[in-house]
Amino acid sequence: MAEVKNKTNLSCTVNGRVSDNIVSDSLLLADFLRETLGLTGTKIGCDGGECGCCTVLIDNAPQHACLTLAAKCNGKAIETIESLSEESRLSAIQRGFNEKLGAQCGFCTPGMVMAAEGLLRTNPDPNEQEIRAGLAANICRCTGYVKIIEAVQSAADELKMSGQAL
Amino acid sequence: MEFMPNFKLYRPDNVDDAIKIKTEHAEVRFVAGGTDMIVNVRRGIEQPQCLVDLTSISNMNDITEVDGGLEIGANVTLRNVQENKFIRQNYPCIAEAAGSVAGPTHQQYGTVGGNLCLDTRCLFYNQSEWWRQSNDYCLKERGDTCHVAPSGKRCFAAFSGDLAPSMLVYEAEINVVGPSGSRRIPLLELYRDDGMAHLTLEPGELVERVHLPATLAGDPSRYEKARIRGSIDFPLAGVAIRLRKGKSNAVEDIAIALTAVNPYPKVISDLQNLIDGKLSEDELDFIRDTVRKQSKPMRTTTVAPWYRRRVVGAIARRLAAELSA
Repeated sequence: MAEVKNKTNLSCTVNGRVSDNIVSDSLLLADFLRETLGLTGTKIGCDGGECGCCTVLIDNAPQHACLTLAAKCNGKAIETIESLSEESRLSAIQRGFNEKLGAQCGFCTPGMVMAAEGLLRTNPDPNEQEIRAGLAANICRCTGYVKIIEAVQSAADELKMSGQAL
Repeated sequence: MEFMPNFKLYRPDNVDDAIKIKTEHAEVRFVAGGTDMIVNVRRGIEQPQCLVDLTSISNMNDITEVDGGLEIGANVTLRNVQENKFIRQNYPCIAEAAGSVAGPTHQQYGTVGGNLCLDTRCLFYNQSEWWRQSNDYCLKERGDTCHVAPSGKRCFAAFSGDLAPSMLVYEAEINVVGPSGSRRIPLLELYRDDGMAHLTLEPGELVERVHLPATLAGDPSRYEKARIRGSIDFPLAGVAIRLRKGKSNAVEDIAIALTAVNPYPKVISDLQNLIDGKLSEDELDFIRDTVRKQSKPMRTTTVAPWYRRRVVGAIARRLAAELSA
């Protein structure tokens, strides 16, 4: 069989499920998630790594799906906003955003939530400064950030009280 | 932004294969984290037939202590540099610079090698294809006029990496590997005063690791940059200062390097008069004025050159005052 040009076998886990695909070398992870897998929770805002809307977790670390080539994710564990709720129950961070009104138009929210998820996994008890620093790569044009920070604080408090860790 | 052009991605697991692929194909670019390269590919600034991803090369991933000094592999992420205890204690401005690159998400996958080899930036260059086309492109890319200095015949795009000045004040050296073998050069020799081609790397060569000398380990230092958005941005002007004090607070050694105000990271010269003296108001003013004189910001950002020249001097003065206090 002739060599398949400019294509790569991509075997990774997306939200805990194994995904085997042949992808174009130039396919971006954001397009792979949205177009190939239909996971449209991950948003594309600026397309240049400036807004943070496309933030997903790759091996537990927040990264921009719009600056990551899908072919580079072979063997990696990718998590998107769709992975967070369990049996239709919102995760602690999602609940925080809901209850503290951390989302207005909602376009930045998937990226914000995934960045917060990455932050709380490494630092379960962040102070306000650490939350601001952890979400610094994500832009929100609606909320003014105050409610978002409250949402993450509320989620961290809830996780602490229930003795859970992300 | 435009669609991604079609290209072949290679993911070699050793340096030799990476160099071989680079030399055997036309229009090849190395890519590591991709935080800047993928944006440039997308904008049509880079039009590679092939990309060679260096992040699978395993022997470039480590920070190793060697005889009191340090070796940092080119694939080490900015986050790991920022969090490394040895770097924070012994080369503090390098950790500070790594923590100031773009935003926290970029630092998770942006690499040391990528930041050192970062392309120069300009208001007329880092734009979309239609923007550049409607402006007749520029000297650095497809055009024949530099819009920053239309009467000149050279490119003034500014080098905007944060790590380079912080490593230059510690007199870092780098290992460069290429088709003709490996060579170790001072980091300063990686750069030249030409915005079009600011790296002295030969075709097929790549930066493999950075060496930080043991002799300067532990010297106090600071890095600070001015930027439009405090949370995530390239520097408008950046200053790294290393200042070692001896007996009775006299200056034993001082080094200052700048970024984003020249096409290459600029090491400030003519500071030897400060040695063995104390930094009082006059000396701090001298530092401010020397830095201003030697920085050459051009109209490469949305912020005016005069402001960047003033701000780079002000930062240098303030950091020197803090370190000498």
